[in-house]
Amino acid sequence: MWARAVWLTSRGVLGGCQAFATKANPQESGRITAAVIEHLERLALVDFGSREAVARLEKAIAFADRLRAVDTDGVEPMESVLEDRCLYLRSDNVAEGNCAEELLQNSHCVVEEYFVAPPGNISLPKLDEKEPFLHS
Amino acid sequence: MLKGYIPPFNATVVQKLLDQGALLMGKTNLDEFAMGSGSTDGVFGPVKNPWSYSKQYREKRRQKAQGESEAADCLIAGGSSGGSAAAVSAFTCFAALGSDTGGSTRNPAAHCGLVGFKPSYGLVSRHGLIPLVNSMDVPGILTRCVDDTAIVLGVLAGHDPKDSTTVQDPVKPFMLPSLTDVNKLCIGIPKEYLVPELSSEVRSLWSKAAGLFESAGAKVIEVSLPHTSYSIVCYHVLCTSEVASNMARFDGLEYGHRCDINVSTEAMYAATRREGFNDVVRGRILSGNFFLLKENYENYFVKAQKVRRLIANDFVNIFNSGVDILLTPTTLSEAVPYLEFIKEDNRTRSAQGDIFTQAVNMAGLPAVSMPAALSHQGLPIGLQFIGRAFCDQKLLTVAKWFEKQVQFPVIQLPELMDGCSSVFENEKLASVSLKH
Repeated sequence: MWARAVWLTSRGVLGGCQAFATKANPQESGRITAAVIEHLERLALVDFGSREAVARLEKAIAFADRLRAVDTDGVEPMESVLEDRCLYLRSDNVAEGNCAEELLQNSHCVVEEYFVAPPGNISLPKLDEKEPFLHS
Repeated sequence: MLKGYIPPFNATVVQKLLDQGALLMGKTNLDEFAMGSGSTDGVFGPVKNPWSYSKQYREKRRQKAQGESEAADCLIAGGSSGGSAAAVSAFTCFAALGSDTGGSTRNPAAHCGLVGFKPSYGLVSRHGLIPLVNSMDVPGILTRCVDDTAIVLGVLAGHDPKDSTTVQDPVKPFMLPSLTDVNKLCIGIPKEYLVPELSSEVRSLWSKAAGLFESAGAKVIEVSLPHTSYSIVCYHVLCTSEVASNMARFDGLEYGHRCDINVSTEAMYAATRREGFNDVVRGRILSGNFFLLKENYENYFVKAQKVRRLIANDFVNIFNSGVDILLTPTTLSEAVPYLEFIKEDNRTRSAQGDIFTQAVNMAGLPAVSMPAALSHQGLPIGLQFIGRAFCDQKLLTVAKWFEKQVQFPVIQLPELMDGCSSVFENEKLASVSLKH
């Protein structure tokens, strides 16, 4: 457990966390490394926000690990309980629409008939460039 | 995230009710994005269980703790559709809609002494229901008695071209027959649901209910759902994974909250979502994204899907062996005080609150929580009935028989009763709806 505590306190130190992460307790398998945190935050576009959130994720993963005990050899994954039925597809006719004005009303930033977005070709700043965890 | 959002369309279930002349009283409070089992994590604050103010509860409190302040013991309403349950329980409306993904309609129904009905997956349209887990969500119905539920279900059930996961089988509006004898019925009691965390009061009520059916002539047998202990884990993985995907649409661009950052789309999305989502929602999104990572996908997500099939098959096997209805508890105990509930985090509480209810969502079966009796503290305890897929009418028929046997007491709210004493003369009147 000491390795994890050390790693968590070093989160405040920007960069250079990898060395500590590899020394993590083998039981925890060091899954929530800084790299994983950054990767998840980038994919999800939400941030952890605090150390408690990382700890909660670790607990959630430990909880999910209990599934390993189930023998699922030869079992097909189930996507839907209605898998034996044919999906309904309606015919390709335009039945409704023409409500552009109503839809535009819900947006904060609109110019004529366009939703306005900030420039899209700039990626999120990397972890070391960001500020340390904001405490909620 | 959706503060101030005015939807430009009505959900199919809402539209159907409006078309039949229903009056919309309002929208109710809930856990944020229906994630929780206490209705304590909403933007508008926690939902208070009307039974906190009931004569039944207050009298028991006074007997036990003379010196304590009464204001401290406000109870949770259950969740995540706690607001809807509180509204119906406090007689503010005839019925309310909730959502049920892991028990979010049945849990608050049990805590508020109501009939909380989860239809079979595919029976009621999800068009307009904010998706949490597309393969498990259904709109739920909360009412004070089974006949009211049948009325609402009759309006809502049926194929919707806007929701292709609704089945195309014809549905005709039904009146529930009054079951006079139950000796053709076979009730199953799943033994794995007898967990150590189950409160002794709920446990004894559960076996009393089984005894009730048996002495009335029904066949009551113990059955086994072997994968029950993995059910909540499987639900946790599938739920967070689908949530990670479904919450991706909230980016602030076309609707909803939007932050002030305009440096780049990614920065804007990230900040909007940080501001718009609370910790619970963010936690689930991040967990889900973890389980969906390339290196984890097989081990977690696909594994959970396989376990889901095993769980669904457990139910199918039981129903095929001649069991008509399963009888289980709905919750581990009666409603607890808010201050006690928040001592543990949302994920722990959800795992506890959903333990008996989420397996039903994974198998897509209909289920209903029926108020069974008051606890020693004067609070409602609910029991759950589970039926075969698309046998909702049969399930409600049995529930109605149970309701008649049990005669669950009406909540006595002093302020309410002073104004309408004539209506409450008959204490057994659970619904102020049309009586045939």
